[in-house]
Amino acid sequence: MNMDPDNPPLLDVVDLTVEFATRRGVVRAVEKVSVSVAKGETVGIVGESGSGKSVTSYAVMRILDRAGHIAGGSIVFSGVDVRNAREDAVRDLRGREMSMIFQNPRAALNPIRKVGRQIEDVLIQHNLADRRDAREKAIEALKRVRIARPEERYHAYPFELSGGMCQRVVIALALACQPQLLIADEPTTGLDVTTQKAVMDLVVELTREREMSTILITHDLGLAAAYCDRVVVMEKGKVVETAPSSQIFRSPHHPYPRKLMRATPRPGVQLRDLLSDDAARPAEDGQPVQVGVDAKPLLIVENLVKEYPRKGEDGLFSRLFKGDDRKQEEQVFRAVDGIGLKIMRGESVGLVGESGCGKSTTSMMVMRLIDKTGGNIFFDGENIGDVPAREFARLPLRKRIQMVFQDPTDSLNPRFTAVRAIADPIYRLGDVRGGDAVRARCEELARLVGLPVELLDRFPHQLSGGQKARVGIARAMALSPELVILDEPTAALDVSVQAVVLNLLQDLKKSLGMSYLFVSHDLNVVRLLCDRVIVMKSGKIVEEGSTERVLGAPEAAYTRELIDAIPHPPV
Amino acid sequence: MTEPTHRAANGSGGTAVVRSERSNPLLATFKHARYVIGENPVTGLAFGLFVLLCVAAIFGPYITPHDPLASNTLDALKPPSLKYWFGTDQLGRDIFSRVVVATRLDMAIAVFSVALVFALGGISGIAAGFFGGWTDRIVGRLADTIMAFPLFVLAMGIVAALGNTVTNIVIATAIINFPLYARVARSEANIRREAGFVQAARLSGNGEYRILFTQILPNVMPIMVVQMSLTMGYAILNAAGLSFIGLGVRPPTPEWGIMVAEGASFIVSGEWWIALFPGLALMLAVFCFNLLGDGLRDIVDPQRRT
Repeated sequence: MNMDPDNPPLLDVVDLTVEFATRRGVVRAVEKVSVSVAKGETVGIVGESGSGKSVTSYAVMRILDRAGHIAGGSIVFSGVDVRNAREDAVRDLRGREMSMIFQNPRAALNPIRKVGRQIEDVLIQHNLADRRDAREKAIEALKRVRIARPEERYHAYPFELSGGMCQRVVIALALACQPQLLIADEPTTGLDVTTQKAVMDLVVELTREREMSTILITHDLGLAAAYCDRVVVMEKGKVVETAPSSQIFRSPHHPYPRKLMRATPRPGVQLRDLLSDDAARPAEDGQPVQVGVDAKPLLIVENLVKEYPRKGEDGLFSRLFKGDDRKQEEQVFRAVDGIGLKIMRGESVGLVGESGCGKSTTSMMVMRLIDKTGGNIFFDGENIGDVPAREFARLPLRKRIQMVFQDPTDSLNPRFTAVRAIADPIYRLGDVRGGDAVRARCEELARLVGLPVELLDRFPHQLSGGQKARVGIARAMALSPELVILDEPTAALDVSVQAVVLNLLQDLKKSLGMSYLFVSHDLNVVRLLCDRVIVMKSGKIVEEGSTERVLGAPEAAYTRELIDAIPHPPV
Repeated sequence: MTEPTHRAANGSGGTAVVRSERSNPLLATFKHARYVIGENPVTGLAFGLFVLLCVAAIFGPYITPHDPLASNTLDALKPPSLKYWFGTDQLGRDIFSRVVVATRLDMAIAVFSVALVFALGGISGIAAGFFGGWTDRIVGRLADTIMAFPLFVLAMGIVAALGNTVTNIVIATAIINFPLYARVARSEANIRREAGFVQAARLSGNGEYRILFTQILPNVMPIMVVQMSLTMGYAILNAAGLSFIGLGVRPPTPEWGIMVAEGASFIVSGEWWIALFPGLALMLAVFCFNLLGDGLRDIVDPQRRT
């Protein structure tokens, strides 16, 4: 730590301990954490979920919830003892001296108030504007975060703006009072890579030009490396390493950052490399199921189209913003616009694109969960596209196409135990009958996906994210399907868990001879798992080819843009 | 997280199946209930009152000191004493015995009407929220129509039209509570309509109706149970209200509403105990069910179990 006596740090946290009173007694979320942030410095706090990185920042802002309290240590922010300050003194600090950007920008904005008004509220609250010039200053704030047409966006409600746009408004709110410290808690998680780059570049530029200090809380090592001066790595409530970011990535001292580094998917590594040496590697299967690339593809999609009716196009808002030049035939929105793809037996194909590009809609149509508007879907020679989605559930074909969902929490019924979730498809479509036989099959599946058998009787909320993901995978594998659609199966997981799950998926594919359609926005993950990649944009396929070719020498400008936007740790 | 697990030989198959301690749901629920009650003494109080009401409802006629229907004109209008704990009414009937015996009738009306409205309103609400479209429109408009009437007046109308019987009180109480159940169930089912686990159930080969009953219903249950507890108190009040104005239960049947109605005319002349004690019983019952709602939610919600 740079302890320059002439230039005391703006924020100095020493031996901070935070405890939470829970039903099982007192839990120490943060233990003896020391972090200091100098003026103008950008410090990254990196750690996986549950490492205490967010709790640390909440303690600094003194916004811990009722069960939590600061049990030890000190927090000094530009000479003010935050830990012992009176509530009204801290309230004065918050917003004016230090402010925060949260993970979900939409949740941080009031949904029924115009964004311009929300900025005005902050300005007026802190006496930086009065009723007369508030509007002007709010528009200026929007202009500073590079929102196009700020005079019009002033009147927009949060739901009318995209995720990246909302985050810009939140940044405008956070910077409105010219604070000295900005705490950004996973500011770009859930945003697309290109949006992430734009938002992070903006944050760095704005804070540099005002000589502000920034604390960037993230799980993404690459992001921290690209934007921070110094990185603090946390594990289980403790700081395990503090070092300049260039150094921590070249020669981490502690095994934990080394493990994190290793588990982060990046160019030039194989799937196996993600696992640490001491972690038990899945046994290499002696002989993978022979699935010589068949001449006949397993799945053929031809000219697939999905249209949704546009809503509310005649509103005042649309007339104001889009002008009245829209053509009459644009009454429908084409989410998927005539795409075609093929998947061979035993092949894994990556479907890549940013949110709203139609990749999920495509996978839902192939999955026969929603009906198509036009085109054909052939599965193993049978035209499954013409069967209505509601009836498809009862067909024997159903068991041959399964899916692993994006959010492991959302995709498990909170009132079903793990074993009941896995057994559900077996009871409905499987050929195993009888309680004991089904139980035995579930235990076999649990072992297959590496889920401890004694966890099978737990409810989802008693399982960790990785364990829930395994339950979801076991459920999808229960019927030995031929095609599995993986809809960002690791997006909600920590990198170290992601590494294990990706390896598991690869092993399962080999031993069971399945084909994968891997839907993802993360090119690094796709690189590891897929033979072929299809890049989608606005419902159309922009590029298609072998993974090496597409990621190594992209032809389409959009693919290049996607690849360039990924932050990489300096290896 | 590290619960002790023990192996139990499975009787029928003979295979050893590992089961955690949690797999005995009854025991787990009991433990959890004990925890919730211990954590919140108000919930404990509500449960205590509930047990008291149940005892009175089940054993009422066997434990009362006097016959609730026997009139004794010599002891008419006696204030509370050791012999008559709550005093006697104008016919010399023991008010304590009548209050205790009336519990069964009032509870029965409440339980049956709540069960009826739960079945009707809950199921149609869940179907409305899950299927949307026409089902939603029909159920929604039906609920709106009922809500358009002043509810107590509607109940009066139903009882007057269908006939002055206890069954019709149950039906009337169920009908006026229908919108509450349908709306709560609809919104709860609606937010889960496109949830990941519902999609996953479709992939597992479940039909829409099976998803409705096996996936959606168990998730809507906690909030419905709370709703049931809250409307229970309201149903008791409603039944007593109808009896008070002379609909439904007829004298000399002991019923809290009638007893309050009968005692009302004597308050002016100073015999306060005739109306007070049944009124107090009514108040306690409603109070008990309202408090019970919060505690029940904590017990039935699996998220609260850690």
